[in-house]
Amino acid sequence: MARDPQGALIALNRFGLGARGGAASDFSSAASDPRGFVKAELFRPNVALLELPGLQTTPELAKAFFDYQAEQERERAAPPKVAHAMASATTETRPDIAKSDAPMADSNPAMQPGSGSVSGTVKSPEAIKPTAAPKEPPQPLNVIQKTFRAEALARLQRANIAESGFVERLVAFWSNHFCISANKAGLERMWAGSFEREAIRPHVLGRFGDMLKAVEQHPAMIFFLDNQQSMGATSKAGLNRGKGINENLAREIMELHTLGVGGGYSQEDVTSLARIITGWTFSGRNGRLGPPGHFAFVPNFHEPGAHRLLGKLYDEEGLAQGEAALADIARQPSTAKFIATKFARHFVADDPPPALVANLEGIFRKTDGDLKAITLALIDSDEAWSAPMTKLRMPYEFLVASGRLIARMPEDAQRYLGGFNTLGQPLWTPPGPNGFPDTNAAWAAPENMKLRLDIAANIATRVGDAFDPRALLDVVAGEAASTETRQTIERAESRQQAFALLLMSPEFQRR
Amino acid sequence: MTIGLDCCESHTLRGVSRRSLLLGAASFAAWAYLPKFARAADGRDPRLVVVILRGALDGLATVAPVGDPDYAGLHGSIALTRDGPHAATALDSFFALHPSMPEFARMYKDKKAAVVHAVATSYRERSHFDGQDVLESGFGGPGRVQSGWLNRALENLPRGERVMSALSVGPTTPLVLRGAAPTVGWTPVTLPQAADDTAMRLVELYSHRDPALAAALSQGLQIDKVAMSDDGMKPKPGMNGVAAMRLAAKGAAKLMAADDGPRIAALAFDGWDTHANEGGPVGRLAQLLSGLDGALAEFESGLGERWRDTVIVVATEFGRTARINGTDGTDHGTGTIALLAGGAVNGGRVISDWPGLKIANLYENRDLKPTTDLRGVIKGVLRDHLGLGDKVLAESVFPESAGVKAVQGLIA
Repeated sequence: MARDPQGALIALNRFGLGARGGAASDFSSAASDPRGFVKAELFRPNVALLELPGLQTTPELAKAFFDYQAEQERERAAPPKVAHAMASATTETRPDIAKSDAPMADSNPAMQPGSGSVSGTVKSPEAIKPTAAPKEPPQPLNVIQKTFRAEALARLQRANIAESGFVERLVAFWSNHFCISANKAGLERMWAGSFEREAIRPHVLGRFGDMLKAVEQHPAMIFFLDNQQSMGATSKAGLNRGKGINENLAREIMELHTLGVGGGYSQEDVTSLARIITGWTFSGRNGRLGPPGHFAFVPNFHEPGAHRLLGKLYDEEGLAQGEAALADIARQPSTAKFIATKFARHFVADDPPPALVANLEGIFRKTDGDLKAITLALIDSDEAWSAPMTKLRMPYEFLVASGRLIARMPEDAQRYLGGFNTLGQPLWTPPGPNGFPDTNAAWAAPENMKLRLDIAANIATRVGDAFDPRALLDVVAGEAASTETRQTIERAESRQQAFALLLMSPEFQRR
Repeated sequence: MTIGLDCCESHTLRGVSRRSLLLGAASFAAWAYLPKFARAADGRDPRLVVVILRGALDGLATVAPVGDPDYAGLHGSIALTRDGPHAATALDSFFALHPSMPEFARMYKDKKAAVVHAVATSYRERSHFDGQDVLESGFGGPGRVQSGWLNRALENLPRGERVMSALSVGPTTPLVLRGAAPTVGWTPVTLPQAADDTAMRLVELYSHRDPALAAALSQGLQIDKVAMSDDGMKPKPGMNGVAAMRLAAKGAAKLMAADDGPRIAALAFDGWDTHANEGGPVGRLAQLLSGLDGALAEFESGLGERWRDTVIVVATEFGRTARINGTDGTDHGTGTIALLAGGAVNGGRVISDWPGLKIANLYENRDLKPTTDLRGVIKGVLRDHLGLGDKVLAESVFPESAGVKAVQGLIA
């Protein structure tokens, strides 16, 4: 096959996570067969799963969290030996909760280059890194911080070594589609990684309906969107306590996860689905529903009777009712259209070619939401390769691609997490349940470009002159590099400057 | 007591949940030029701040209609009361203000703050994202345009000098201020900066290969000349959302107080989506309101002499259900409040055509029925504070809104 440098750049940037430096020859492989290069990962068994020693299941993490909580409570109940230190070390107005806030607040405010803070808001601990010579010994990490960092590191390491990175891009896409936010609470932070490993990864090349069910029954999603306390007004528990439903999860299932806004549902449908999924909760700290952190269906919370949703009557009992409803929603034509559009928008263009969307939508419907079929159809389409590279890499893709380029395995997640925060894409912490924006306008904003440049310069400072940027440009873009970019890099005043310019070049930023 | 609730309630009570929900974004952006006000001749130098509360503020919990006989029953466990240990502050014989807002209460008493109640945009569905789109774009429906009404208002002001005061950068601009009129952003971030020479080389490369990125980066660089000088501008680790709101307001006020500072700005505070454990006079919403109250106070003190000519408009995408839900919170609703504060406000009033809270009077039997169009309130401010004409307001700032009249007399 003839060499196709432009196709290689699209394979690496649009679909992958960028070329790996070192011994890999990704650009050459991609140039000889761009489609084959992208598709190869899809046929490796269990390629999307992330199972490593040390990564725990959601129930195991729940247990660790509740044990930690109990320990904190015992400490607070104990005579106040160290109370004075706590009171002065925090700006909290309630000293009694200061310690439980530890996951959100490292003690050492010193910052390293490249680890900025969350946009306009508060730093999460990952934005902060202890200095090399701290004046006071840093507080040991608690289990929530340790877990979050370990989960982040596992994801970053996988992304760093993946071949094309296409499967990791699919994971990131679906994880953003079905997002939760680690900022909800300590427990959610604890579960951010396990949610993705358990509910997203097993299904990125499977069926949409299966992913939908796994997501909506995962404790992290139930907790994120408040369904754990929702109960039918005429359920046993509802009558006893005079309580009722919470619509949050039901609304976002239809608006954000499946049908899309304008997808043909009404307020009545939202309320009805909320009733249908009353009782969907998870076992908590007291263990009454079994070991903590498992999905649980509580009949006493469930609104009895048949419910009408999207014109269909669901007269199943209990859990089966909600599962039947979800299965039907997954097959709705609006869902096919919404998912096809979003998928094409992420990979191809903000306004994706209508023919491509129609094709993906048709395959979604024909195959009952077979995500591997849709993914292959995307790669096999002409539009996905002919559309100009108008999108900008998201901050996650940008920083991961930078790490791949210098072939340096991440050893701790801190620097990356700080960079994601600075650029407005804190890991597993989107601003709302609609996830991070997926348009060029959202990321190619003046402020964001300036911050990207600052971060690129900081990375370059750390990398020093260990690399020849002219050689790295060949790794990144080969013959697809423009004359202007090549000259800009060759004429730079230092290797560091050249490296920063390479990271900011259109060849590295656009996809 | 019962299954299923233990884990969640327990750590909510311990503060983790509430506090982490407060860690929402606080972003600030402003117009990049000094406007040449038509009214400069009369010695006024007006300033306008728009504060967007994302997530849908519970208006009935913030300014409670304690005089409405149905209020206490609907708002149930989280309803405010006129007396008791955390009594709400009476604004008049009918409405009472949440006790977490003493600064706003003081401004109200001084007639420098007002409430508009039972207000809504033209949006009648209940999606946050579409609701915010309508609120900020100023169009009749969502998804129509990528510019905001505040930006289009700016386009209709005569442009003066470019703002050269201390501005740093933030990652995003709220939609309300996005558009053709150039804006600048600021956010309390500290990051070592790339060398100017590197930046210039990159702009040169972009200008040949990627004009869109060249324009974006040039603008980003231009506004990034001076970082925040004041040490108090740096966010402290572990700072909660209340402090983040104050900090954003403090920084914004500092910029806006300068002679060559921006006159018009927008901020967005996240985290108002109180589906569960909303809390009454104390609790999660109370914390958020305390942050908002603190932000208003920071504007007042930071703007100094300029406060006299300032109007702050606080608005949210829609309200929440009149009746609390099964989890001591409220779901997405319709009618809510807007707040006005500042030395230029003709305040000390709750402006409302009160629809009542009888079930039959609720919108779709669940939400406070809106009786005032938010666009009319904003039109009243833009017209009487900035001098924009009715025609411009009805055609370009809020397209197809000729039927929505500007509310009279909002400005002193």
